[in-house]
Amino acid sequence: MNRDDRRFLGALGILGGGYLLLILAMFAADLAYTSPGHLLQALATPEIRHAIGLTLLTASVSAFLSVIVAIPLGYLFSRCEFRGRKFLNAVLDIPIVLPPLVIGLSLLILFQTLPGRLFEEHLFRVTYRVPSVILAQFSVAAAFAVRVLQAAFNQMTPRTEQVAMTLGCSRAQAFFRVVLPESRRAVLSAFAIAWARSLGEFGPVLVFSGATRNRTEVLSTTVYLELSIGKLESAVAVSILMVLIAAAVLGVLQGLGRADDVDRTVRR
Amino acid sequence: MIGLDDVAVRAGAFSLRGVSFEVPAGGYGVLMGKTGGGKTTILEAICGLRPIDAGRIRLAGIEATALRPADRGIGYVPQDRALFRTMTVRRHLSFGPEVRGWSRGDIDARVGELAELLGIAPLLDRFPAGLSGGEAQRVTLGRALAARPKILLLDEPLGALDDETWEGMIGLLGQVRRATGVTTLHVTHRREEARRLADRVFVLADGDVHEQTR
Repeated sequence: MNRDDRRFLGALGILGGGYLLLILAMFAADLAYTSPGHLLQALATPEIRHAIGLTLLTASVSAFLSVIVAIPLGYLFSRCEFRGRKFLNAVLDIPIVLPPLVIGLSLLILFQTLPGRLFEEHLFRVTYRVPSVILAQFSVAAAFAVRVLQAAFNQMTPRTEQVAMTLGCSRAQAFFRVVLPESRRAVLSAFAIAWARSLGEFGPVLVFSGATRNRTEVLSTTVYLELSIGKLESAVAVSILMVLIAAAVLGVLQGLGRADDVDRTVRR
Repeated sequence: MIGLDDVAVRAGAFSLRGVSFEVPAGGYGVLMGKTGGGKTTILEAICGLRPIDAGRIRLAGIEATALRPADRGIGYVPQDRALFRTMTVRRHLSFGPEVRGWSRGDIDARVGELAELLGIAPLLDRFPAGLSGGEAQRVTLGRALAARPKILLLDEPLGALDDETWEGMIGLLGQVRRATGVTTLHVTHRREEARRLADRVFVLADGDVHEQTR
């Protein structure tokens, strides 16, 4: 590498590195503010333990549901031209660009309409219960998952599925035998993005589910509740717990992605 | 045989009209023309991957115009090969027969037969990412031939190969033809390939296909 290259790459590193430094500084400040004792104390609190369990459950279900809708939507937007495609594609941006609080409010209003009330009366209760937490997280996270998979399908040549069709597959068989296996890494990425987004979702959960301890409280709302009663150390301890949980789960997903490395050259 | 009668087909901005030619059963036709002239579009129409606006397509003696790609009895080697990243060479060779419901024994026998014919037996447990250009092209050819198609469609199969590999592939295509008797349409822009392989040479120029006297 010559001197010019080093200067250029160094300048890029300084520009981008400032952001990384900010993230590390925030996390270091959180760590300095709390102590292992605070963390253990938070873990020993039954309400917080309940919130951890509910967070893991709801974020995982939301991420799973997000991937379930993101695969077909991402594929359709990537491969098909149809009437209203541009409009529907723009609709998908609504959960991404709207303030999350507005999503929560819209969900709340939706379940006050006649169809929403009938759904709750005849099927199951949603508002201010666990399903509302999942729905609030899913409503935002799914849009991000769709975008990840749409980009992945855009990068995959349609030729492989066309070849599969000449070899005897129907379109559906080509999708399940060729397209889906080739997009496994993108599916994992979409799950990870949706899971991380669900973990941090606060506004829609607060509005649509409330923050009732031992019922609909998830870790993001725990931070808010602890702050609102002046327990700053506890709020910071829960924030660090969230970072640790996120790092663990995303680490596992990344490991799965590596294990599924389809660019390998020889069968293991 | 491969027969096109007055076929009209569009691809984006340009269109082809009145395309007619025939490769007799067991014959080897080469379709030549400039890059971007519509050769791949014609192959896609024969495969059933691109709808035609007019005319008809006959394959192995049956009217195939309205048939799904799966029902046309073709083997297709696309220009970009389009190998399946997640599958070993063995899975590539068994893919077509598996989809068509062959028994395990028949599939294994066919994989062995093709691996020997194409010289890819040592590659059976490899993935596409580890193959050279020539090896990948042999695998693509094997995948297309696996379910014993009556028609073989090759889109620039020898493009981007070095001289030695190109020479080896020319020999291999001749050997495949002798071994299988498959009716072949080979698209290229290189005159030398037509000279070495073709019974019939067709030239696509200005949206029209005419047969060239050899």
